[in-house]
Amino acid sequence: MQQLLYAAEVSLNGLTTGVLYSLVALGYVLIFKSSGVFNYSQGVMVLFAALTLVGLQRGQVPFAHLWTAMFGTHTYFFGWTLAPAIAVILTLGIMVLLAILVERLILKHLVNQHPIILFMATIGLAYFIEGFGDLLWGSEVKKLDIGLPVGISETVEAWTAEWFGYGFFIDRLDLFAGLVAAVLVGLLTLLLRYSQLGRTLRAVADDHQAALSVGISLRLVWVFVWSAAGFVALVAGIMWGAKSGVQFSLSLIALKALPVLMLGGFTSIRGAIVGGLIIGVGEKLFDFLAGPIIGGATENWFAYVLALAFLMFRPQGLFGEKIIERV
Amino acid sequence: MFYREVGDYKTTYADDSQTFPIRFDRLRYFFVLFVAIAIVPLWIDDYWSNAVLVPFLVWSVAAIGLNILTGYCGQISLGTGGFMAVGAFACYKLMTQFPELNIVFCILASGIVTSAVGIVFGLPSLRIKGFYLAVATLAAQFFLVWLFNKVPWFYNYSFSGQITAPERTVFGLPVTGPNVEPWAQYLICLAFVFVLAWGARNLTRGALGRKWMAIRDMDIAAEIIGVDPLRAKLSAFAISSFYVGVAGALYFAVYLGAVEATEAFGINQSFLVLFMIIIGGLGSIFGALIGAAFMVLMPIVLKNILTGGLNWEPSLATHVEFMLVGCLIMVFLIAEPHGISQLWNIAKQKLRLWPFPH
Repeated sequence: MQQLLYAAEVSLNGLTTGVLYSLVALGYVLIFKSSGVFNYSQGVMVLFAALTLVGLQRGQVPFAHLWTAMFGTHTYFFGWTLAPAIAVILTLGIMVLLAILVERLILKHLVNQHPIILFMATIGLAYFIEGFGDLLWGSEVKKLDIGLPVGISETVEAWTAEWFGYGFFIDRLDLFAGLVAAVLVGLLTLLLRYSQLGRTLRAVADDHQAALSVGISLRLVWVFVWSAAGFVALVAGIMWGAKSGVQFSLSLIALKALPVLMLGGFTSIRGAIVGGLIIGVGEKLFDFLAGPIIGGATENWFAYVLALAFLMFRPQGLFGEKIIERV
Repeated sequence: MFYREVGDYKTTYADDSQTFPIRFDRLRYFFVLFVAIAIVPLWIDDYWSNAVLVPFLVWSVAAIGLNILTGYCGQISLGTGGFMAVGAFACYKLMTQFPELNIVFCILASGIVTSAVGIVFGLPSLRIKGFYLAVATLAAQFFLVWLFNKVPWFYNYSFSGQITAPERTVFGLPVTGPNVEPWAQYLICLAFVFVLAWGARNLTRGALGRKWMAIRDMDIAAEIIGVDPLRAKLSAFAISSFYVGVAGALYFAVYLGAVEATEAFGINQSFLVLFMIIIGGLGSIFGALIGAAFMVLMPIVLKNILTGGLNWEPSLATHVEFMLVGCLIMVFLIAEPHGISQLWNIAKQKLRLWPFPH
């Protein structure tokens, strides 16, 4: 019984991690759905958003290390701190700017290229943003604090102790992240389904040329979805950053979001959520059950192998559109 | 000028299908070979061997391998690091279990082991396509590296989890281990690169290579005209993994001498090789070589300029390097998707008509 409860707690924790994976995966789905670009750099965008937020909030001097190296100025901080809300809005502005630049400088030139070429271009973009982010704000591990609830939730613990005689440890931040993810997904689904903009996006996703011929501006749509993905990246960055600090490993979480996508299907928001939860619970439970037998740290590869095995049976993922190939 | 053929007077198929139809190219090829084999070993020192030439040679084997899979057969792989790890650990096990076995056989055998592993991880490619496959190969990357970290048998139960290459000789000369001369290290790598590049060049222009390219351009259409996708894709995986495995074995045994799985064969290595073939040229053996040279030399040059010349911190130089690599990838994909080797080809075409282009 104790063991079972413990497994239940592990799965619950997996569920909350899964929510965070879903948040990252959501950014990929948004861009893929409307432009057919598999944006590898989404993970680095999460890192960049978090870095920028922290940098703005703490009043860091941009490129401080570079200026120091070139001119010997040793100022790293302006000496002010911004209110979290203002910093978030400014960061959002920067993510929109990034979206515009990406469209102008990269996507525009790669229209009609093979998806693999676009994928590799976003790998290049990921490297660029990574170097740029570190150059801009410095690469040391930073603490992100914008006043989110943290710590173990006593309510849940007391409540479960009363019910099962065993208190579950759930992080408050995880609960909050779950809430945010739910709201975000709800909003995005409503937006895509019922608004003019959503219809435009779906039209572009369906067929670029047909969308162009009825007068939809592809470029505007792309800027919009990349901004939306930037927004999602910011949200994911805040959550992950508050959980584990803003550091390079944040961008590795993006790699974890890839199996999530494969499992759920690249074109489905629902799929990203369900896939994230499956992977989150799956890897925690697997490590809990099989870890002692085959040696720990199975979390590194379990998600990929699971997705791989799954794809053998259903290549389009759980909720993806059926892949039809024509000559 | 002298860079041209005098009319088209080919009378045999052998003439028609030669790799270097222009005399000047042929001579240049033999000249480069001569310099590489006879002149470079005379002046090579530790720095040039360890920092420039040996890494270049080792990475070019890996790049040729990935280019066969990605550039010729169109199956993108992000598992190169994992497959290199298979080569390295297979080589280590062979070297330590069979001490009397010649190192050359060890390296080739580890290539064969890797190609078996490559076939297993290539099986999904029959059902999964495009970047779905790219993500699937990540499974190979993470699973293999984890395996070599967790199963002590692979590193002979050593405490650090590190593997260290014992000394082995070729014709009585040590080529691995601590007492190796720089020129011996260089020559053994060069021999592998020469034979493997020559093999790859001839494989890719034969029937097998044409099948791969048909699969790359459109696999359904290729199937309709009679290319068996199972055989074509799996042979590409097998041969590509063989090359990557040999590269891994060389990387471990000859170049580094001691490696630790997570550090030496991480995901960054996979990307590095991918970048080499994008910058050098997808679907070109020469491109793989030039790409490897570029990606080995660029960080060295940058480091010399930024930290040596301008006295920047090394971490700053690394950031700049990341930005530059990212930029280059994007610029090449936009401006010249076939990489440096295509620029080279264009230059050669121009040169052929120069100075009277019309």
